[in-house]
Amino acid sequence: MRGFIIKEFYHIFRDIRSMVVLFGMPVIQVLLFGFALSTEVKNAPIAIIDHSNDQVTRAITTKLLSSGFFILSDQVPGEGHIEEVFRHGKVKEVIVFESDFASKLEKDRQAGIQIIADASDPNTANLVVSYTSAIIGDYQQEYLKGMSLPVTVRTESQMMYNPALKSVFMFVPGVITILLMLITAMMTSISIARENELGTMEILLVSPMRPIQIIAGKVLPYVLLAFTNALIILLLSYFVLGMPVKGSLVLLLAESLLFIVMALSLGIFISTVSNSQQMAMMLSMFALMLPTILLSGFIFPIENMPVPLQIFSNIMPPRWFIIIVKSIMIKGLGFKYIWKETLIIAGMAVFFIALSIRKFKIRLE
Amino acid sequence: MKIIEVENLVKKFGSFVANDHLTFSVDEGEIYGFLGANGAGKTTAMKILCGLSSPTSGKVMVAGYDVYHQTEMIKKRIGYMSQRFSLFEDLSVWENFQFFGGIYGLSPAKIRERTTELLGRLGLESEKKQILGSLPLGWKQKLAFSVAIIHRPSIVFLDEPTGGVDPITRRQFWEIIYETASQGITVFVTTHYMDEAEYCRRVSIMADGKIVALDTPANLKTKYNAANIEGVFLKIARN
Repeated sequence: MRGFIIKEFYHIFRDIRSMVVLFGMPVIQVLLFGFALSTEVKNAPIAIIDHSNDQVTRAITTKLLSSGFFILSDQVPGEGHIEEVFRHGKVKEVIVFESDFASKLEKDRQAGIQIIADASDPNTANLVVSYTSAIIGDYQQEYLKGMSLPVTVRTESQMMYNPALKSVFMFVPGVITILLMLITAMMTSISIARENELGTMEILLVSPMRPIQIIAGKVLPYVLLAFTNALIILLLSYFVLGMPVKGSLVLLLAESLLFIVMALSLGIFISTVSNSQQMAMMLSMFALMLPTILLSGFIFPIENMPVPLQIFSNIMPPRWFIIIVKSIMIKGLGFKYIWKETLIIAGMAVFFIALSIRKFKIRLE
Repeated sequence: MKIIEVENLVKKFGSFVANDHLTFSVDEGEIYGFLGANGAGKTTAMKILCGLSSPTSGKVMVAGYDVYHQTEMIKKRIGYMSQRFSLFEDLSVWENFQFFGGIYGLSPAKIRERTTELLGRLGLESEKKQILGSLPLGWKQKLAFSVAIIHRPSIVFLDEPTGGVDPITRRQFWEIIYETASQGITVFVTTHYMDEAEYCRRVSIMADGKIVALDTPANLKTKYNAANIEGVFLKIARN
């Protein structure tokens, strides 16, 4: 058994490609998702067409530009040029104040501001518009101060658990999940498929080693590596990205280990249904990677999906693991809040192990 | 003494009969050639003898153990080399021996001793640190054979061991096989090279799941009135 594990490490460490996948990927992914792919709006270029240019419009403009979310891009000569500006892609949003803004506000108690956003990137457009409205609403509150007014309702929102709405909070659990899934399931399925393809599996099966020992010997190194990776990702996100771990670290690591075992059994299952390394790779990519990214709630909220996809997402193991990671890291919840998700993942692990053992036996016949 | 005894072995896959009432036996220390066209059922029979697959019916004893219930014992007593070259290409020669020796439960000291001895016989001691993938195919084949007998099995099964190897290396390979047999290890070999069949003490020829001929090469040639085993084989295949 020891020889087996040593041999597997030789395989991994002598193959530059698997080394890159194992140790380069986590670092790159975490940094990429943490820094580059951010859903926050910072310094979005906007243009302002001010037809009245009075103290009110100037005050609103100053407030917008000092918020840190926007910077003033080129001046737009007139409303006729708005489309042209968007077409150049230089600005994300154009704000148009109507003429005589301040005096209309005094007399008619209302004045119009037009917000035009570039919705070719809908997420950003949405964010930009809602930030703008919020800032204008804020100004309105200040403006109304001291005036006697009919009753107004004021909403005050508070963002629990992630007050700064940092996207890192959303990405890190997803990245951990994807990487654990990828490394364990894909690497194990490929490494077992490789032995099948090269014919060494046959030699191993003829030896006195039991099939269960052979499989265990093959997957144990990957458990170790995946676990090391989980630690690397956590350290990176804690020290570099400032991601908190509010709950118990021990619980988080234990849950990660469970998820790794689940991904392993899935990897073994994939290797039993594929007869070449290529096929194992393709299966892992399509059966694991894409659904993990798309259907786990990592990037797209599950609540917004069509009902059939929502139901389908239930059988995606990463979906449950992401909930677990978020609960522990961000909300600081204990085991009693996540036992259900834990049970689901454990159930999946048992299911895939049972299935692979059956498959393996059939193949031997 | 009979090291392999097979009586009325039948193996069916659904309605397809891969092995149809095979009966043969192999003597201890013998070199036994197991011939047959592709798809004749050789591999299926060999898998059963190695304990990788169980027969549908019939009596099969290997090294004195029953293949139905004692495959674990059988696996300890046999060595196997497949037609596909099957050592680890990214490990060194030495590491391959270490690994396979370990699998058969040999102690590190034993592994070292046998590896040195086997490499010495091949004259490859100086290559032991080399990564296997960088060696020529003929060497790899010989190494694979040495690995298959590192635990001193009673029988070694060779499934087309010389596929894709040049004539000189094939010749050397058979010299090693003879040497091994002279140490009392039974050699059970399948091959597509009919000239190699002449090296065997006895050969059986399979067709459509049945053994249609079994004797010494000399007797077969007389019986089928052929100049060599290839002629025997062709005559059988045509019927």
